[in-house]
Amino acid sequence: MAELTLTNIGKHFGGAPALQSVTTRVNDREFLALLGPSGCGKSTLLRLLAGFEQPSAGSIRIGNREVANADTRLIVPPEERNIGYVFQSYALWPHMTVRRNVGYPLEIRKLSKSDRETRIDAALEATALGPYGDRMPSDLSGGQRQRVALARCLVSDPTAVLLDEPLANLDVALRASMQGVFCDFHQRTGATMVYVTHDQAEAMAMADRIAVMNEGRIMQLDTPEALYARPRSRFVAEFIGDGAVVPLTGTSHSDSACEATLLGTRLRVETDTPTPEMACLRPENLTIAETGDIRARVERVTYLGGRYRLDLVAASGEPLVTQSNTRYAPGEHIGLALTAPWAFAAA
Amino acid sequence: MTLASANPSSSRSEGRLLSLILGLAILVTLAPVARLFFEGVTAGGSLNLTFFSEVLSKPATHSALRHSLVTAGLGTVISVLIGSVFAFLVALTDLRRKAALVFCLMIPMMIPPQITALSWTQMMGPSSVLLKTLGLAPPLGAPQPLYSPGGIILLLGIQHTSIIFLTLRAGLRAIPQEVVEAARISGARGFRIWWQVVLPLTLPSLLAGVAITFVTALGNFGIPAMLGIPAGYATLPTLIYQRLAGMGTTVLAEVAVLAILIGIVAITGILIQRFFQRRQRVHLVGSTGRPLAIPLGRARLPVEITLWLVIAGILVLPMMGLLATSLVPAYGVPLRLDTVSLDGWYEALFRQPSTRRAFVNSFGLSIGAAVVLMALCLPLAWLMDRHQTRLSRAFDSLLDLPYALPGVVLAIAMILLLINLPFTDLSLYGTIWIIFLAYLARFFAVMFRPVQSSLRQLDPAMNEAAQSVGAPLWRRLRDIVLPLSAPAAAAGAILVFLTAFNELTVSALLWSSGTETLGVVIFNLDDSGETVMASAVAMTIVFVVMILMAVIQLTSRRLPKGVVPWQS
Ligand SMILES: Nc1ncnc2c1ncn2[C@@H]1O[C@H](COP(=O)(O)OP(=O)(O)O)[C@@H](O)[C@H]1O
Ligand SMILES: [Mg+2]
Repeated sequence: MAELTLTNIGKHFGGAPALQSVTTRVNDREFLALLGPSGCGKSTLLRLLAGFEQPSAGSIRIGNREVANADTRLIVPPEERNIGYVFQSYALWPHMTVRRNVGYPLEIRKLSKSDRETRIDAALEATALGPYGDRMPSDLSGGQRQRVALARCLVSDPTAVLLDEPLANLDVALRASMQGVFCDFHQRTGATMVYVTHDQAEAMAMADRIAVMNEGRIMQLDTPEALYARPRSRFVAEFIGDGAVVPLTGTSHSDSACEATLLGTRLRVETDTPTPEMACLRPENLTIAETGDIRARVERVTYLGGRYRLDLVAASGEPLVTQSNTRYAPGEHIGLALTAPWAFAAA
Repeated sequence: MTLASANPSSSRSEGRLLSLILGLAILVTLAPVARLFFEGVTAGGSLNLTFFSEVLSKPATHSALRHSLVTAGLGTVISVLIGSVFAFLVALTDLRRKAALVFCLMIPMMIPPQITALSWTQMMGPSSVLLKTLGLAPPLGAPQPLYSPGGIILLLGIQHTSIIFLTLRAGLRAIPQEVVEAARISGARGFRIWWQVVLPLTLPSLLAGVAITFVTALGNFGIPAMLGIPAGYATLPTLIYQRLAGMGTTVLAEVAVLAILIGIVAITGILIQRFFQRRQRVHLVGSTGRPLAIPLGRARLPVEITLWLVIAGILVLPMMGLLATSLVPAYGVPLRLDTVSLDGWYEALFRQPSTRRAFVNSFGLSIGAAVVLMALCLPLAWLMDRHQTRLSRAFDSLLDLPYALPGVVLAIAMILLLINLPFTDLSLYGTIWIIFLAYLARFFAVMFRPVQSSLRQLDPAMNEAAQSVGAPLWRRLRDIVLPLSAPAAAAGAILVFLTAFNELTVSALLWSSGTETLGVVIFNLDDSGETVMASAVAMTIVFVVMILMAVIQLTSRRLPKGVVPWQS
């Protein structure tokens, strides 16, 4: 087990940069999710960690061993990094049985046959693949294939496991059960894991911490709760969770509280910067009340099962989002009471 | 060396291995071509372009160039007519027995051109055993109708029909059904769909097929040699052969100039083919739908009968002519029950030591070439795909040259390169090794291209997964790359074997007593008037090729998908 340290990593493929000055650390035994829209550089970051790509700038350490350095042109090839990698396409070798696929890393490490067999059995057992050992990958379902891929990377005790959107090709039900498999795996082995996904529910459900990425940068690295409650940029506030971002003015600080004007009313806001410029209004910050602070018009109503999501436009023009237990008709005017929203410096 | 972007992660060992194999491959394929070019522009030692233009301005050169262009051009037209009708019908309709049709259409390509020529002359001339037997022979002294430009054009056309058929069929099968359905929903019907949708989509593959057929026809030696030389009608390859046979090695420089001339035409053809292939890839990218299947309805049976009659005409009849000739005691005697004789077969196969030697030589050469090329091409294609250096890209665009150049030209290049080995007094000329090296150069592309395209389709994650579990380069090559590209490699090896086994044009200039190949033996027997024996040997080769193809076809169900080159 080991921690992963990236220092000032940059990567470009010919033209536009795919990653820019990424500095971060994945702690030992941590489950870190890389979350971001498609094309933001998640896979590139993961492939740099694995050694499939070489950084254009910066350096990477696994534990206390430097594995890549753009200045000294040092690059430790993937086969010498002892890292597990789970591919979105599974990348099972179609010409080998499930057992041989799983046991291949041990063949490379020249383990004795009996050692190999015990460890393959243990890995197959841990992924509930016991009965499928002699099948070919083509005879397995999607979920089973992904479990073989996991067993293959688990069998050789890697120092860290990197997973690139491993559940993207599975259906919704299977995804939930595979999330359980990954979490169990993490708890049992305590391996450092970096998990790439574009699905925030998946990241929230599994990760200790989430790194939200956009356009080749890490925008914020925090626990799921902190990301939701205390975003530090407009991008993160809009990308994570539901809600609206509105500008605020006239901030005034008293001893412990802070007040500002937003949506045309004066309101207490939560913040940790002296000059916040934006506030993030989650649905739970807005309560429908005829005597509320502001008024808004209902634009669209979406049934979510048991409750409704309302898209609103405030009297001052900003779009807002809230939820209610009863249906409203589009065009209706409602009053809203606001509870202290999170405010942050615009970026 | 600097490893440019595609896979910067690659370890240094891969770069070193690539340089090594690439160097070897360049030596094998491009060194002879370069040597030939050098000879052509430096006649007599120094750079001398006047000699070059002198040869080019000779009337014989002009007429041979004209003859080459005419025969190859019109021959291609015939190939397109037959091949595209077959391709459209086989690929797009509900014909029955398609596998058998495809198999039969592949045979002309696998039968050496000189045997095709021999079999057709046996079928048609005034001394045709077949016609005599049927009482239809023209009077003695009447000209053999095939000894003419028309005969050359007809046979070139038939010989290369399979090339058009195969490329066009692949293109047609890539058209998804949805494309045609979308056209019908938009209101297009009948002929309009063919004209405005199917044809534009297949045009790139058709044009690519046309270019490669033209180049192959241009380099054909067997047919113009057997039909054109008796008629005094020389094409560039036969002119080269006659120059060389007539005056020995003093005319090497002149011949090199002619070779460059034909090389330029061939390269133009390849470039055109490349251009259209690239356009085709853009066209049909991402189409994964079902292929078209148009029901023929009531027309099916008549169409099937017509197709099989065509196959009978271009394949079965000439073979019968050849068989008939091989079964008479002396050339010109009609074949009847009381004249049937196996003397020709016995004499040719068991009495002539050269035939037995030729069988051993051809088998050894073609198996050897297939094995060596497989060992060379597999790692090379994989490494070249991963590390795109300037050198590897340049090699990629030139490696078809030895195959596209006429065999005679390649043979001369080999002689120039190997007649005096650098730094030694040794010469490979007259040994079997010069033929072997020539085969490696000539059939390199036949092996390399299928392997390359199958490796390109391989998910790069297959290799990366092995890398991430710690497999070093040679283990990945052995455990992942080799097994996954084995079907394509096997297909390439089968093609190399079948074409090398039949080959005449390269060895025609390189053989010497003891190193004859089968192609040479047939040519020599026919040349010295032993037509019956030549027919017997030719028939044997046809049988061997067909049996080999049939065995491959029959085991195809148990072979991995993609091993049988004519099934895709
Ligand atoms: N091998 C490559 N060559 C060129 N561009 C690449 C390559 N790999 C990734 N990119 C580019 O880098 C950016 C980030 O890609 P990627 O890391 O795959 O994004 P994602 O977050 O969806 O995994 C994209 O703009 C992509 O086009
Ligand atoms: Mg990705």
